[in-house]
Order: sequence, then C-alpha cells, then structure tokens
Amino acid sequence: MTSPSSPLRAKRRRSALRTAAFMSPWLIGFAVFFAYPLMSTVYFSFTKYDGFRPPVLNGLDNWSYVFTDSPMFWPAMRNTLWLVVVMVSCRVVFGLGIGLLITKIKTGAGIFRTLFYLPYLAPPVAATLGFVFLLNPGTGPVNTGLEALGLPAPGWFTDPDWSKPALTALALWGVGDLMVIFMAALLDVPKEQYEAAELDGAGSWARFRHITLPNISPIILFAVVTGVIQAMQYYTQPLVAGKVAAGQIGGSGQQVEPGYPDKSTLTLPQLVYNLGFQRGDYGTACVLALVLFALSMAFTALLLRRRGGLIGTGD
Amino acid sequence: MAVTTDTTAPRAKAAPAPRASGPAAARHRRKEALHWVAVHSLGVAAALFFVLPFVFLFLTSLMSDQQALTRDLWPRTWEWGNYAKVWHTPGFLLWWRNTLLYAGLGTLLTVVSSVPVAYALAKFRFRGRRLSLLLVISMMMLPPQVVVIPMYLFWAKQLDLSGTLWPLIIPMAFGDAFSIFLLRQFLLTIPDEYLDAARVDGCGEVRTLLRVVLPMAKPGIAAVALFQFFCAWNDYFGPQIYASDNPAAWTLSYGLESFKGAHHTNWNLTMAATVLVMAPVIVLFFFAQKAFVEGVTLTGVKG
Repeated sequence: MTSPSSPLRAKRRRSALRTAAFMSPWLIGFAVFFAYPLMSTVYFSFTKYDGFRPPVLNGLDNWSYVFTDSPMFWPAMRNTLWLVVVMVSCRVVFGLGIGLLITKIKTGAGIFRTLFYLPYLAPPVAATLGFVFLLNPGTGPVNTGLEALGLPAPGWFTDPDWSKPALTALALWGVGDLMVIFMAALLDVPKEQYEAAELDGAGSWARFRHITLPNISPIILFAVVTGVIQAMQYYTQPLVAGKVAAGQIGGSGQQVEPGYPDKSTLTLPQLVYNLGFQRGDYGTACVLALVLFALSMAFTALLLRRRGGLIGTGD
Repeated sequence: MAVTTDTTAPRAKAAPAPRASGPAAARHRRKEALHWVAVHSLGVAAALFFVLPFVFLFLTSLMSDQQALTRDLWPRTWEWGNYAKVWHTPGFLLWWRNTLLYAGLGTLLTVVSSVPVAYALAKFRFRGRRLSLLLVISMMMLPPQVVVIPMYLFWAKQLDLSGTLWPLIIPMAFGDAFSIFLLRQFLLTIPDEYLDAARVDGCGEVRTLLRVVLPMAKPGIAAVALFQFFCAWNDYFGPQIYASDNPAAWTLSYGLESFKGAHHTNWNLTMAATVLVMAPVIVLFFFAQKAFVEGVTLTGVKG
C-alpha cells in the first residue's frame, strides 16, 4: 500500500475516535482510580504521613521499619505462605475431586451440583461467623461430634496452631467455583481418548493419570495461580474470624491487636488497614500496599506469560 | 466456547448392557451397580459436608438464648420470634436499604459503563488493544488495598464523602475490570458476521451494539450483573473503610459482624441474622443458576 489517501486517513481518525469513545469509561477510571492513586501510594511510602499534617519525606525509613523492625510484617508473610501452600493446594485437590465426582453422578446430578455450589455464594462475613460458631471449642457441633466419636477436639479459631486449618475448612466449604471450572474442563476432554485407552486395557487410575490430567492441566494451573492471588488478598475471613473468636466488639474505633490468636490469622491486607486506618501511619501502610502490589503482579504475570495466556487474551 | 452445564446430558447414557445372558454379562452388570452405589455414597457424604453447616446455623437460630450456649443440636422450643427480634434490631432495616442501594445502583452503573469497553476490546481492531486487555486483567487481579490510602484521602478529605457509600458507588460508573473481562469473553463468542451484516445495513457502531449485540449478550450481561450484585452484597472492606464511622451507612455485611459484637453471647440471634443475610443470595441463585454457572465457567476456561 502506498501513502494513504486522505479519505482513508479520515476514516482511520474516525475509527480511532470511536474506539476512544467506547473505551472512555475505563480510560478515565484507570487514570483516576488506579494510575494516580498508585503513584500517590509510592510517594507516601517515602514519607511520614498521618493523614492530617502534610506528608514529610523520610527516605527509606518506612521500608526499613517494615522489613527489619515491624513485629507484624514477617508473621503476616509467614501466614500468607502457609495459606498459599496449604490452603490453595487443598482447595485445588478438593475442587478437582468434587468436579470429578459430579461428572460421575448419574442420578440427581442437578441437585448435587446445586448443594455443592451454594456455600460458595454465602457472604464471607456470614460464612465466617457461622464457622466460628460451628467450630466453637466448648459447645460447637463439630467438636461435639468429634468428642462423641472419641476423637481429639481442637481449639480451632482460638488456637494459633489450628486457626489456619479452620480457615482452610471454611475455604473448602466454598469450593463451588473451582468445582464448576473443573467440571467444564473435564467434560471437554475428548471421549475418544478414553475409549481408545479402555480398549488398550488402561485402568481408571491410568486413564486419569495419562488422559484426564494432561488435558486439564492448564485449568489446574489457572486454579493454582488465581488461588495464590486470592490467598495474598485474603482479608474478610481471617479478620472477622479473629475478631469474633476473640470476643471483640465490632464497629469503629476499637484498637485491637489484629490476627487473634497470637497473630496467626494476620494477613498483609489486614496490616495495611491496621497501620493506616487504626494507627494513622499511612506512610508505612503504603509500603505494605506496594509489597502486596508487587506480589500480585508477579503472579498475574505468570497467568499471562504463555502465548495466548491461561486467561485467554489470545488474538 | 460451548459451556456445558448439564453433567448428565453429554455423557453417553450408561450403555444398557445388551440383554445377553451368561456369567460375563452378569458380572458386568454387577460391577456397574457397585460403581453407581460407590459414586452416589460419596456424593451423599460430600453433600453432608456442604449442607450440614447451613442446617446447624438454621437450627441454632431457632433456639432460646440459653440453649444456644449448650451443646444441643436440636431446638427444645422453636423460637421463631428470634427472626422478628433481629428484624426489629435498630439499624437492621437501614442496613438492608444501604446494601440494596450499593448493590443495585453499583450493578447498574457497572453494566452500563463496562459494556461499551468490553465491546471495543472484543470487536474493534486498534493499536494498543492487547495492552489495554492486559491492563484490564492486571487490575482485575489487584487487591483493593493497594490504592486504598490515596483513594480514602481523596474521598474523605477532598470531597468530604466519608460516612457514605458514594465512594464505593461512583467508581462503578467507570467500568469494572472483572466485568469488562467477563463480558469481553462472552462477546468473543458472538460471530462477527452478525455485526458486519448490521454495518452493511447502515447501522452505526452504537446502533449495532444496542440493537444487535446487546440482545445476543443477555446471558453474559446477566452473569456480570449477578456477580457485581453479590460482590457489593458481600463487600466488607469497602464499607469498613468508608462507612464504619457512621452506623447509618453500614451495609449488611459490615453490620452483621458488629451485630455479633453487640449481641455478645446471643448466638441464636447472631445465627438468625446470618441466615437473613444469606437467604437473599440463595433465593436469587435459584432464579439465576444458569447465568451464574456460565459466568464462573467463562472466567476460568479460556475464551
């Protein structure tokens, strides 16, 4: 093509304007609600700032405080690592198991699917309150049942060793989203491959190992990576569980030590809230916000890394 | 992408063993029956895990104050009045109103602002399209805490809107990353031929979007609207940041946690309130199962 004639150029300009018009809500939103505040977060992270007096630059003070002196940062990081390793893998394995089960159920599949899915919809605050009650060490139905069976009854949300397993139980209860994703992936596996394998005499484990798993591995990876991102953002459930198990009064103004019991339910997002909004140390809170940002973006990059991406940006 | 939600349909009907006689056929039938029993027992066990928490919450919500503190699982007297008590707790109705305002208005604004963006990303060819999409996905993965401090200072100090839900609702008028992404995935499944036909007939892009694309995109829009509605319904962090100082602006999710605080020992009332907050979600799900399941699938299984 030689130099574009002027009607063509006009057409191009019109189409660029049209694109901009359609994209404008998000372009404005991106600038006002993301790009600008992100830059402010970076700036505040290098200042002493309480939200009232103007921010005063203090170099790397906040950063070195967070990484070396803060009594809360490393416990929060350790909790996050625990949640990423244990909670995410439990959720993926359990979600896959439930997904497999639902594809095998022949009678009443619709009812089973609905029952498995419903807890996923329960509002997190309500679900967490419910689980703190169900797992109440003294009188909760779960421990009553465990004792009746002669099993040890742990302290769950009141015991630092058991609070994260209790949160994991809550997360497994809400595994409905993964069930649906795995179910769709499992039903997409070509039937012919199973039939061929069966003719070759492959048992059910061999078929799962050599046909099912390779076919759904992109979806497993998707579930793992999004699970990791969710685990880093884990906020409402650990916060509410900690507060309610500690018997603390909700509402505003209460200065409470977060992460009850013994910082075992403390997560990074809670720390942002605690430092910024409860202690009025916005500068340090911004450091944590940026740590959270870096971690989330690293894992998002993983999701997008492959050509076409796990998440389907493919053109 | 064909979204298969009915697990029974695509599976070959359990091949009715040819009515051949002989020990081999009988063995085969016995094996099938055993398999059926094993799978369904597992299904029932799993169903108990998912359903029993709901059952225990509900039963506790009907106990007396004293009994709720014991190990009893079954209510001795059925205190239906607990629900009336919760309903008439000062503030509870206000929380409902606020939640409906936040979820309803927020959903409406999200859909209206996200549809054109998703349409452009799915159907226009322009420079920077891939980059825009990557930015949308990155924002979708972003924890709200990353920018919350400057945002709070902006709404509270500069616009004096803390103590209201407006800082949560107004940004919805500027597109929501998750909704844009989900809608875009859905719009990709609409063949370009329909759009070309409309354009040949002289429709402008706006008309094409409104007259041709929107009617076909109804299931996608329904999924996005539902997700957005529940997202606002369930949101705890947003109301905690902006509304915690003003109980008149609390939402159900935020108020519920404080409710437990105010009714320290009253597990029965707390569970009744919990049931009342869960109930609308469950009722809405029964009316819109298909849209929901389709939405979840669309996010997970590549577009």
